[in-house]
Amino acid sequence: MTRIGTILFRAGLLAIGLALLTACSDNWNNPYPRSEARANVAYSAFSERPKHLDPARSYSSNEAEFIGQIYEPPLQYHFLKRPYTLIPLTADAVPKPRYLDASGRPLPDDAPSSAIAESVYEIHIRPGIRYQPHPAFARDAAGRYLYHSLDSAAMAGKTQLADFKHTGTRELVAADYVYEIKRLANPRLSSPILGLMSEHIVGLKALGDTLEKAVKAHPDAALNLNDFPFAGAEAVDRYTYRIRIKGKYPQFIYWLAMPFFAPVPWEADVFYAQPGMADRNLTLDWQPVGTGPFYLSENNPNRRMVLKRNPYFHGEIYPVDGDAADRRAGLLADAGKPLPFIDEAVFSLEKETIPYWSKFLQGYYDSAGISSDSFDQAIQFSAGGTPRLTKSMRDKDIHLVTTVAASIWYVGFNMLDPVVGGLSEDRRKLRQAISIAFDYDEFISIFLNGRGIPAQGPIPPGLFGYVDGVAGLNPYVYEAHDGKIVRHPIEMAKKLLAEAGYPNGRDARTGAPLVLYFDTMASGPDAKSRLDWMKKQLDKLNIQLVVRGTDYNRFQDKMRRGNAQLFEWGWNADYPDPENFFFLLYGPNKKVANGGENAANYDNPEFNRLFERMKDMDNGPERQRVIDAMLEIVRRDAPWIFAYYPKSFGLTQGWVHNVKPNLMANNTLKYRRIDPALRATRRAEWNRPVRWPIALLAGGLLVAVAPAVIAWRRRERKAA
Amino acid sequence: MLSYILRRLLYAVPILIGVNLLTFALFFVVNTPDDMARLQLGAKHVTPEAIDRWKVEHGYDKPLLLNERAPGSARFTDTIFFRHSAAMFAFRFGKGDDGRDIGNEIRTRMGPSLAIALPVLLIGVLVNVTFALLMVFFRATYLDLWGVVVCVVLMSISGLFYIIAGQYFIAKLWNLLPISGFAGGIDGFRFILLPVLVSVVAGIGSGARWYRTIFLEEIGKDYVRTARAKGLSEVRVLFRHVLKNGMIPILTGVVVLLPLLFMGSLITESFFGIPGLGSYTIDAIQAQDFAVVRAMVFLGSFLYIVGLILTDISYSWVDPRVRLR
Repeated sequence: MTRIGTILFRAGLLAIGLALLTACSDNWNNPYPRSEARANVAYSAFSERPKHLDPARSYSSNEAEFIGQIYEPPLQYHFLKRPYTLIPLTADAVPKPRYLDASGRPLPDDAPSSAIAESVYEIHIRPGIRYQPHPAFARDAAGRYLYHSLDSAAMAGKTQLADFKHTGTRELVAADYVYEIKRLANPRLSSPILGLMSEHIVGLKALGDTLEKAVKAHPDAALNLNDFPFAGAEAVDRYTYRIRIKGKYPQFIYWLAMPFFAPVPWEADVFYAQPGMADRNLTLDWQPVGTGPFYLSENNPNRRMVLKRNPYFHGEIYPVDGDAADRRAGLLADAGKPLPFIDEAVFSLEKETIPYWSKFLQGYYDSAGISSDSFDQAIQFSAGGTPRLTKSMRDKDIHLVTTVAASIWYVGFNMLDPVVGGLSEDRRKLRQAISIAFDYDEFISIFLNGRGIPAQGPIPPGLFGYVDGVAGLNPYVYEAHDGKIVRHPIEMAKKLLAEAGYPNGRDARTGAPLVLYFDTMASGPDAKSRLDWMKKQLDKLNIQLVVRGTDYNRFQDKMRRGNAQLFEWGWNADYPDPENFFFLLYGPNKKVANGGENAANYDNPEFNRLFERMKDMDNGPERQRVIDAMLEIVRRDAPWIFAYYPKSFGLTQGWVHNVKPNLMANNTLKYRRIDPALRATRRAEWNRPVRWPIALLAGGLLVAVAPAVIAWRRRERKAA
Repeated sequence: MLSYILRRLLYAVPILIGVNLLTFALFFVVNTPDDMARLQLGAKHVTPEAIDRWKVEHGYDKPLLLNERAPGSARFTDTIFFRHSAAMFAFRFGKGDDGRDIGNEIRTRMGPSLAIALPVLLIGVLVNVTFALLMVFFRATYLDLWGVVVCVVLMSISGLFYIIAGQYFIAKLWNLLPISGFAGGIDGFRFILLPVLVSVVAGIGSGARWYRTIFLEEIGKDYVRTARAKGLSEVRVLFRHVLKNGMIPILTGVVVLLPLLFMGSLITESFFGIPGLGSYTIDAIQAQDFAVVRAMVFLGSFLYIVGLILTDISYSWVDPRVRLR
């Protein structure tokens, strides 16, 4: 062997020895430091790096998973109560709006919507709440901010927040909430809800225009929002602020539970606006500053994100009021105990499902979703169709958590299309026939492994207005049979199709076959079977379906222009109110005419009238009656094929406690409790290294090399 | 030699402009700035005003290549192409659509990419050359035959299979190494063992066959016959003479790869959770982040050119007959 070869060989041996040495008293496959083995740390994964952590910009669930634990809007959802109930978070009570007429005079609570010119929400926050430790708050003995006027020399060597020696905190004040509402109008932030909120908050649009002019005039100058007056929100005193809403908008209360309305300290904006900060990725978009139970101590979206317990957290207790089912599930065992339970949460980037699933089974993640690859390994269905864990999962004390999402998937008909659109009786019958033909019970069974419920209307379960069971069925597609909901027979669909002018799928006048076009973003081999299934559904009616697969941008473009005929789409609830689903069918929200969210371009004057009434009503029997009437209209008109409400399945390890899916709340990490000792024991048990393959490999190498060595020696001897 | 290097670097400028222009054209043929804005802003509540604001914020509010309204040279400079491209020649890549500084990301991610790619290259070359020399040593015997068969089998298997099999057996079934992840410092060693092992094994088939061909060609030359006639042992002939003369084509393949090691491996990094430049590029393509895609293509092209120059220089080092002018 040459000298270099010898060195490399020895280095290799040393490296392997070192690796084995570091792992010798631990599980060799443990991806975490040994010091964390019994720490009160929660472990989970994220598959997509967050784009924004600024509360004014963030609007994705994968981002909310982080900022929901850091920022505190005034309200939150009760962890256990269903239907979803708003409770105070930093506020001392859930605010009730005061109504004013056009001349500013107070109106009674039951004043008609038409008389209400403005709704005023006055929110009192609790004193004594403090921000997480952060260098933006650090001051010297004279009270001057230490890090608000840094030059390039002072920034040298600073690449992360931990490089700033001093940190500070301060009390949360009402002005911080007002400041954040102003930030929604900052053109440099491109808040996704600016357009929507400008329609509702007094003066927000004007503020946005003013700020835009200021930015254009001084493109490089920092924007001090405190210098700009704003009529829509004001701090009344240190702990009280007021928001003015145009007209009546009862759903606004739900927005007050979202991070968009969480407080942001002006000091943070000043700190991050300094030269050199953005080049080091030190921005509010990446380094949040909040009052919540956790703060982001490590932000490396390429590898892992770490949340640590906020030492200044104001304190909160685990809810004491839950129902009997919660008690049975052990969800009230920690009632009244101080939150949060865990000290730290580590989120590791895991893009591929195989390592993610394997690590969960090895105990290195506390919870996991179930991908289609691992579904059969984890879940089996009983004879009655109830999902349960497989024996191997039960043996590991893994628990299944299921919930129906506050979402709907639907196939929309473009109501502007000359073939399938319009409100005439024959078009209605055509859409109803197609709705019957699409057997979504079968779809859920084949493609979703049972993870869905056939939809009966636009409102998913768990929201006010949803009626469970036979009483809530869509009579145009389903019927009751022995207390069960079953789809109408296909003969009924054929009859409706004939009445619509297409007997046996052919135009009664011309004899031409009916050809429909389906636009979808699904493409590739995975989608093929699903699209073939869709064609098969219409084959039942002798209708030809042409699938037009396209990418996201082209699909959006077609929808904006109204060039689609049938299309597939979905919606996740922003808040638990039926208005958030019915508005997708409200005429003035038509996508083609007004750029709204009504992608089907459905416009029924009667439905519109009822919507305008329903959206301002409080939940109660009267609102339910209006909702029932609206459901009847959309079911009859069938602008959508109501496909399914997706059901999510999640798994948790036996050492994880207080897990109850809450589709509205994004701050539930504080309720989670883990048993680190049990976890350490199970990990050790599940991950004992299997050493014989190493011996086998060494032996195999010897067996392979030995004949070569023998042959070489023989040849050398022969040559000599 | 210095003038040669300078000349080659100057030649690189039009090539880089061309690559940049091509990337720009290909990207914007399928994406408009409006499409990019919509993708970034999400599906909910996106208004035309929000799209305009996003374009202004990210510098996509100008014409693509020619600004007909602008006076003089601004017709070309006040465009998306010029604004986003000119700074790259000073290695200022700007910000990605997520607001993070691309240069900072590249600097941070280079280390993890190198941590995998460098050992894979070194160990891979060592293993492949050794294996190839052994096959040449036992040429025309059953050992050579079976060595080639093993190489063909190894070459025929998809790289993804090695990754999945390695993760399944070594990390999941036998619990010998972490299945994925990364850490800095000495603790990072156990995370890179598996991807390095898998990558080396995956490369043996093609690498060893290639080197075998090179060495077989060398072994038939006159100087080898002369060496044997002098009574040198076969091992000495192979390791002292054939290996040295076979270095030129090996260098062609290896030196050109050196700068590209910084770019990482797309699939390996993604499967093993390595926060390197390979996974950065994949993420950017999936998110249609033009700023990052363009920066990575530019960097890749530049490093490739550097690799070619280094190859030329290495020729002159290993072969005294080669002179660079």
